[in-house]
Amino acid sequence: MTESDKVRRKTRLFMLGAFVVAGIAFTVIAASGISENLVYYWTPSDLQANGQKAYGANIRLGGMVAKGSIKKLGGSAVEFIVHDGKTRVPVKTSTVPPQMFRENIGVVVEGTMVPGGYFQSSRLMVSHNNEYKAPEKGHPVDRKELERMMKSVEQGNS
Amino acid sequence: MIASLGRILILASLLAAAAGAILGFAAGRTRSADGLKWARRFAYLYSALIVGAALIMVYALLIHDFSVSYVAQVGSRSVPTWVTVVSLWSSLEGSILFWGMVMGLYIAAATFLTRGRYAEYQPDAIGVWLACAAFFSFLIAGPANPFHTVPNPPLDGPGPNPLLQNHILMAIHPPFLYLGYVGFVIPFGFACAALLKGRLGHNVLKPLRESLMLPWIFQSVAIMLGGWWAYEVLGWGGYWAWDPVENASLLPWLTATAALHSIMVVERRGILKGWTITLIQATFLLVILGTFMTRSGVFNSVHSFTQSAIGPTILGFLAAALLFTIALLAFRIDKLESEGRIEGAGSREAMFLLNNLIFVLLTFTVLIGTVFPLVVEAVKGKQMSVGRPYFDSMTVPLGALLLFLLGVGPALPWGRATKEQIKKALIPPVAGAVVFAALGYVLGVRAPWTLLTLAFGGYAAYVTLAQMFVPMFQRMKSGESLGTALIDGQLRRGRRRFASYIVHAAAVLAIIAIAVSSSNRQQLELHFTKGQTQQAGGYDVTFLGVEQRQEPHRLSTVGVFNVMQGGKQVARLEPNMNQYQMMREPIGTPDVHTTALRDFYISLSNVDARAETASITVFIAPMVVWIWLAVIAMAVGALFGLIPAMRRGVIPSAARDPLPGAAETA
Repeated sequence: MTESDKVRRKTRLFMLGAFVVAGIAFTVIAASGISENLVYYWTPSDLQANGQKAYGANIRLGGMVAKGSIKKLGGSAVEFIVHDGKTRVPVKTSTVPPQMFRENIGVVVEGTMVPGGYFQSSRLMVSHNNEYKAPEKGHPVDRKELERMMKSVEQGNS
Repeated sequence: MIASLGRILILASLLAAAAGAILGFAAGRTRSADGLKWARRFAYLYSALIVGAALIMVYALLIHDFSVSYVAQVGSRSVPTWVTVVSLWSSLEGSILFWGMVMGLYIAAATFLTRGRYAEYQPDAIGVWLACAAFFSFLIAGPANPFHTVPNPPLDGPGPNPLLQNHILMAIHPPFLYLGYVGFVIPFGFACAALLKGRLGHNVLKPLRESLMLPWIFQSVAIMLGGWWAYEVLGWGGYWAWDPVENASLLPWLTATAALHSIMVVERRGILKGWTITLIQATFLLVILGTFMTRSGVFNSVHSFTQSAIGPTILGFLAAALLFTIALLAFRIDKLESEGRIEGAGSREAMFLLNNLIFVLLTFTVLIGTVFPLVVEAVKGKQMSVGRPYFDSMTVPLGALLLFLLGVGPALPWGRATKEQIKKALIPPVAGAVVFAALGYVLGVRAPWTLLTLAFGGYAAYVTLAQMFVPMFQRMKSGESLGTALIDGQLRRGRRRFASYIVHAAAVLAIIAIAVSSSNRQQLELHFTKGQTQQAGGYDVTFLGVEQRQEPHRLSTVGVFNVMQGGKQVARLEPNMNQYQMMREPIGTPDVHTTALRDFYISLSNVDARAETASITVFIAPMVVWIWLAVIAMAVGALFGLIPAMRRGVIPSAARDPLPGAAETA
């Protein structure tokens, strides 16, 4: 083995090491970035089951607007209750509700639980799902249906 | 009748593709000229059959033959003709048929254009293309069959998804996307052929580069059109949301862009061969992954349809293609002999390598953020998504670094450079950085990342313009006229080089426009009663009232707004709510007043025709139009570079830079 071969091998080893270190650093940064920015798709029952974890987490909450629960708070702010037939969650939003917003309609709100025990929403979307039916009294909403709804109202299609 | 004919054509195309693939691979082994001839004939036959099948579907849509299942699903007598034609790709089965048609066109064109040349690589390349084609024909024949016969045809159908009828861009964006996406199969075929032969010769680099460049151009425009469509139609004032579907279109573009750069290093220095091949193969694998994500219903959005057997089938194909690629790379990558090595950290090839690493990091960033929720759902059954801040915080620094390299790379010479040369190359462009950043600051940019982007952009703009025009001035100094220097030196002999700097200049503009428009954006929510005037970021907005317009396929409720600035009429904007037949909810469409400096955008959140009140969201964002224009300029520049050079086979600037190998012997 010549001297230059030795140098070359050393350089190659050094580069490989640098790549491995950079790769690990990148993975750590990306993983922590993801875990800090997860958005959970929850039903009102999921929200209740998660207790304290719901405070401060990014949540996409899907459910029905409860009958008679819509209250205008002045400006564009609105207060209402989202339920899935089992659990009821009070929601406050300051954004303008979309055209179709009304009682007994499937909605998805994005935001988090705040002290005071209500869900502060920064975005309110109405489901476009044509097949969606309001749940009968006392019967919980089909979970699969809700999940599909939460996925199907995408960015801006409100 | 039409349905049966369609089914027969699809089955025939499946047979033609399968037979052609086998013949191609066999001819690759035996080097039989006759075998290659027959493989080519089968490639043409496949193309004719699949294109024929797609055209028959268009015909069935146009005559409203509801006995064809796909027509019954998306057709409607009440929609305009352009919507009827667009219906071909508006739903799952039709979109895969359209995919097949584009594949047929690409394979026929590639086979024809490379006939009689590259005899070493063509048989295997045709084999790979037709093997992929056979899979998609199988998909159309089975799981995604659009040609079922409907026993009791309905009299009318529901029409395609209203969101897709809302804007003419929906007629343009998908074809461009398919021309990009599907086209990456061609360089994939060449790359696999090179590995199968264990040799990446200099002669095959030209078809490899050009077949990668063409779909890259379409893909670039398609991504821009998708963003533009979202901006004009969805009404949230933005154009990019890191939606999985958007990411699916971006991922192969990132690796393809990296490959277009590394392939130049292969041309110049004969190194990075295996790396370039890997990037090209990764591009096509990401295309298949993107097809799986958008066509299987794992993500719901405008693009995805219902759950079906198509998802697992595509996933199976992805697994097979991935295994084939990895095996090929594992056994053959060592055979691709390197003809040199990287000379030093201050050389242009080192910058190319760095550029490639950043593109790969960007790819991983987006890939992880997109696929992670899928994995969690598959493993734990929990639903979640990765929020936008992750993508923003990861991609902004990487993008800024890329912009920095876009300036530094072209300034450095190939091969070994002295400290003096490096200094001389890197210091003057700082002037450009200072000018751009100062200009931005004066015009109101305060966000640190945006200022940094402006500085890097100014640096890159200086270098790019110098690279574009300094050779021309040198020619003029040595006595040539402006006309000769420009036309002969730049546009003819230096075409590829000149074209690549047009692309770079446009990329600088695009990145600056993206940074400025997103950081200096205003958003306001306003409520109006009829006749009321309100202030919105220096504009006076007056609500003139509500109009209702009945169109054949929809009822439009229009909010009419007058926009004034400094007492002068600027625009009359008409954002609206459209109620489509067969849909319960109305769909809003915003209205935008675009100028060179900024966009004024009104989105209707709520309108009451009886009380004549309206709630709107106003977005005021600078420089948005330059994003669309810059991407178009990138595409035009790249196309310009694809026009065959006057002197075949000569690398344009080879006379000035050291030839490959010269640096090693020096």
